Amino acid sequence: MSKYVVKRVLLMIPTILGAGILVFLMMRLLPGDICLIRIAGDGMGVSDEALARCRAEFGLDKPLWAQFIDFAVGYATFDFGKSMWTTNPITHEIGLRFQLSLQIAIMGTITAVAIALPLGVISAIRQNTWMDYVVRTFAIAGIAIPSFWLGIMIILGMLILTQIWFGSPWMLPVEYRPIWEDPLHNLSQTIWPALATGYRYSAVITRMTRSAMLEVLREDYIRTARAKGLMEKVIRTRHALKNAMLPVVTLIGIEFAFLIGGLVVTEQVFNLNGLGQLFVDAVNAHDYTLVQALVMLVVAVFVVTNLVVDLVYAWFDPRIHYS
Amino acid sequence: MAVTTGAYVTDEVFERPPLQSRMWAILRAQPLGIAGALIVLVMVMAALFAPYIASHDPELNDFGAMLVPPDGGHWLGTDEFGRDIFSRLVWGARTAMLVGFSCALLGSTIGLLIGVASAYFGGKFDILLQRVIDIFIAFPAIILALAIVTVLGTGTQNVIIAITIPLIPNCARVVRSSALAIREIPYVDAARALGFGHARIVLRHMAPNVMAPYLIMLTTFLGQAILAEASLSFLGLGVQEPIPAWGLMLQGGAQEYAESAPWVPIFPGVAISLAVFGFNLFGDALRDLLDPKLRQQ
Repeated sequence: MSKYVVKRVLLMIPTILGAGILVFLMMRLLPGDICLIRIAGDGMGVSDEALARCRAEFGLDKPLWAQFIDFAVGYATFDFGKSMWTTNPITHEIGLRFQLSLQIAIMGTITAVAIALPLGVISAIRQNTWMDYVVRTFAIAGIAIPSFWLGIMIILGMLILTQIWFGSPWMLPVEYRPIWEDPLHNLSQTIWPALATGYRYSAVITRMTRSAMLEVLREDYIRTARAKGLMEKVIRTRHALKNAMLPVVTLIGIEFAFLIGGLVVTEQVFNLNGLGQLFVDAVNAHDYTLVQALVMLVVAVFVVTNLVVDLVYAWFDPRIHYS
Repeated sequence: MAVTTGAYVTDEVFERPPLQSRMWAILRAQPLGIAGALIVLVMVMAALFAPYIASHDPELNDFGAMLVPPDGGHWLGTDEFGRDIFSRLVWGARTAMLVGFSCALLGSTIGLLIGVASAYFGGKFDILLQRVIDIFIAFPAIILALAIVTVLGTGTQNVIIAITIPLIPNCARVVRSSALAIREIPYVDAARALGFGHARIVLRHMAPNVMAPYLIMLTTFLGQAILAEASLSFLGLGVQEPIPAWGLMLQGGAQEYAESAPWVPIFPGVAISLAVFGFNLFGDALRDLLDPKLRQQ
């Protein structure tokens, strides 16, 4: 097992390195001089001197391979450089927002799993009944409805409902407070984006749970369990669900990274200053170093989640032996 | 009774049931798929005939009719610039379909070629290509698209490029696994023995035989691309004003005036959801029809 873990951790390196090369090249080689775009973007005349200063500041006057070495060595030692836009260190910019986005991501995941597992199981054991159709339609709708629009509708719905019930509309708190300082204030801000992203996320998991359950329920050992007179409830939870979880766990892991992508848009709706907001601001400001760092962060989260998922497999399925 | 058709000998005569009963069978087996197909049809029609369907000029500001609620003159009301929402939705369908179909067709076709070539050539080429695909798949699509927009800038054409690139590796991976099985069928070796070139074998002999996964990916991509375009446009990083686009219609005033003019944010969201819903239903039904493994269920 420990040998497998080491191997898997080592295998992460080429993926992250590859992603790094890709992002690096995209930001350097594609059309446009970063400094030219930035300085001209400010609406000022471009002087050669200012360009040279800007290039020197971000090490762009060095040859490409030297720039890449700087980039790779910096990232390997957790020195991500500084933002081209605010000129603060990137770790500072990201650190401020990471906590908020991570909280929403975790809450979104919990919401999604809490919705998806019961619905997926019901849909499978009541296959082709009206309940199955309702769940499937609910799930397909979840994939179709953009989470940012759902967010707008949640805000609008709350405004209208609180207006009717309490006479005055309730507005989302604007200022962010960490959960350990003011849990109520914090939750009243974060629960809505978690719901909006969680619903979409749940749709994918519901569908996977349903098809995995359907597959498992046709296995011989389920027939055996029924034949020996086990209670249907026991068969479903202890025999079927446990075995159906394997692909579902993978999906929960994979989708976690995509959840962060979804947050990019949803945070905008709820005016939350998380990583997503930072990402959009960075793209708008042509802040290449920051975009680069954020993309690498998401890739790292994705790769690490995949590793965790693989290891969780063993816990769910003792048939898998890593050697 | 043995009937000889070409090289194959079968014991039974398969008679094709009449068209009408086949249509009826599909309708009974795939009611949701038919519903999806109808939605897709409506969307495509709206996109094609936008100038004839729209009641107003979608880009015309009318400061005498700002935030007018839905009524006879403006079926779905107007936005904060007095632009007719129904007309903007219809023209927005054109943008959504243009981006959706371009991205889905480009993404799945390039993916098809890469996937088939990867399976056909095999060896080091295949391994290298698969590692590159692994790297691309490690990026959530919207993140990669945003990174591309950072470099290329906004606008319809750049949005199409930004959305297409993350789709390619997904299709390539799925097609490759189907093409690997095709590679082992003797007719590919036979084609080689006949002296056909690599390009001909990949394009004419292998690609047509992986049409099922190709079409499934194509329809899946349609919904994804429409949603991605709406997201990017909503962030202000996609299609730019004054071009009517659904995502763009949810930006700015739509949120600011949501409470007093709820029709402004509601209808574009319904349009996006309905379009993606329709394409997904249609795609699901197609998958059921094309995938023999699922058909048995």
